[in-house]
Amino acid sequence: MNLREAVVIVRETGDFTALQEAIPYARFMGITAELVGGDIISRMRYSDHLVGNASVPALHGGTLGALLETAAIFKLLWHGETTAVPKTINITVEYLRGARAQDVFARAEFTRRGRRVANVRVFAWQDDPQEPVALATAHFLLVQD
Amino acid sequence: MPDSFLPQRDEIRRRLEGRYVGSVPHNRALNLRVADYRPEQLSLALPYREDLVGNPETGVLHGGCITSLIDATCGGAVILSLVAPRRIATLDLRIDYVRPALPHQEVICDAHCYKVTRHVAFVRAAAHHGDKASPIATASGTFVVFADDNRSSGGESE
Repeated sequence: MNLREAVVIVRETGDFTALQEAIPYARFMGITAELVGGDIISRMRYSDHLVGNASVPALHGGTLGALLETAAIFKLLWHGETTAVPKTINITVEYLRGARAQDVFARAEFTRRGRRVANVRVFAWQDDPQEPVALATAHFLLVQD
Repeated sequence: MPDSFLPQRDEIRRRLEGRYVGSVPHNRALNLRVADYRPEQLSLALPYREDLVGNPETGVLHGGCITSLIDATCGGAVILSLVAPRRIATLDLRIDYVRPALPHQEVICDAHCYKVTRHVAFVRAAAHHGDKASPIATASGTFVVFADDNRSSGGESE
């Protein structure tokens, strides 16, 4: 199945499995998403290869950035009008606390969604959504079909 | 550089690779390698792999693994700039994607730690496909440098 077909299936069913299967990197990272109360919650399943500091152990900062960016893209694809994948213009990741060796969740919200550009804020947490481990502010170019 | 320095450079490169890649599980999973180093600068390379692709239509690597490459390279440049081993953590990292990445090509990140204060280090970086003059991404990051401790700094932020 190609990515565009996966986007259509996800929009019809609300099941993000097809999207994860269509994106090799999402499979490699163990990143999926599900609809929870109408909102998309992305999840990065813990795996030993996501660790950055083995002595703590703590997740690699880059993996948190990857989850935050993916969560924003999942949200954009869910709400988008086309099946084209939006292009990341830039992303700023703020690291708030060390992320432990366990699953990480992420939720994205639009601060503004124009015709060409979307401004997105993303929050990542482990146990408590009120205690995020990392945040991102990102801008995406919305690609027309 | 005279040839007599080369074996030493190779030895240093091996050690840096052990420190930044070998001892950091995610860097190892991405097969990062040390492409170059200078006193306050580090270059790491991310080899192209099908399982790191973000969009199968274009075959281009996902931004997420480029973020990991840039974070790892910036952190490594900070460690190279410190007089004594310290534990560091990424405070923030901004990445601008200035040009689309190409499929089937490795990505190299050059990071320069241009300022270190008592508690904070500042880094600029660029990622490219081998031509520094045409970057695919530019980045800037800040890192917290923790007070002296006896733990070895694994070369990675937590």
